[in-house]
Amino acid sequence: MITILLFAHLQEEAGKDYLELPLENITVEELKKTLKNDYSFTQMDQIMVAINEEFALSTDIIKQGDTVALIPPVSGG
Amino acid sequence: MKEELFLIVEEPIDVPALVKKVERREAGAITTFIGTVREWTKGKRTVYLEYQAYKPMAVKMMKVIDQEIKEKWPDTKIAITHRIGQLDITDIAVVIAVSSPHRKAAYEANEYAIERIKQIVPIWKKEHWEDGQTWLGDQLETVPYPSGKPIIKE
Repeated sequence: MITILLFAHLQEEAGKDYLELPLENITVEELKKTLKNDYSFTQMDQIMVAINEEFALSTDIIKQGDTVALIPPVSGG
Repeated sequence: MKEELFLIVEEPIDVPALVKKVERREAGAITTFIGTVREWTKGKRTVYLEYQAYKPMAVKMMKVIDQEIKEKWPDTKIAITHRIGQLDITDIAVVIAVSSPHRKAAYEANEYAIERIKQIVPIWKKEHWEDGQTWLGDQLETVPYPSGKPIIKE
């Protein structure tokens, strides 16, 4: 089981600020594919993934216990 | 108590207190950038803004910016505070203070910091306009990132 934190428009589209998915040992790319198929998030192509508070590459592997977050393009400042 | 140089807060930012964090005897200059909430953007009127942050990662990324600045301008000291929650027109959203022995580095590092905040710090702005609302992304129009993530020096 992995927990995925949601922010900005993703949070509003999901109606909650996190998802729990029965997955582990998958790559970031596989996670994004799964989310694309199972959820109707908009602008998924622009979403970055953070693992344990650091930006992850699409080939990085998500393990049990990792903190995963979906990061839409940022707009601070 | 160790003074925190990089903060996400929900209350108004105390600008003089933040500037004080970078005061040093060896500094001959302190530059301060104050980012405020603008009413008009390309003909659209903003009523108020709402900022959200992934707090622990936002602080971590501000520390990455600090490291990058230390490499480019070795003698600088920097402090950043970003406010989140609901902000009204003219409210202060972000303050960056940089001190250095000579002014050039303080100016340059300060501008670099705000540009990097807009690239890698997970903070999102929701615009509440007169006629609707939307989460803004990527004001720099730099996505998609070719490498799949923003460029961060390891």
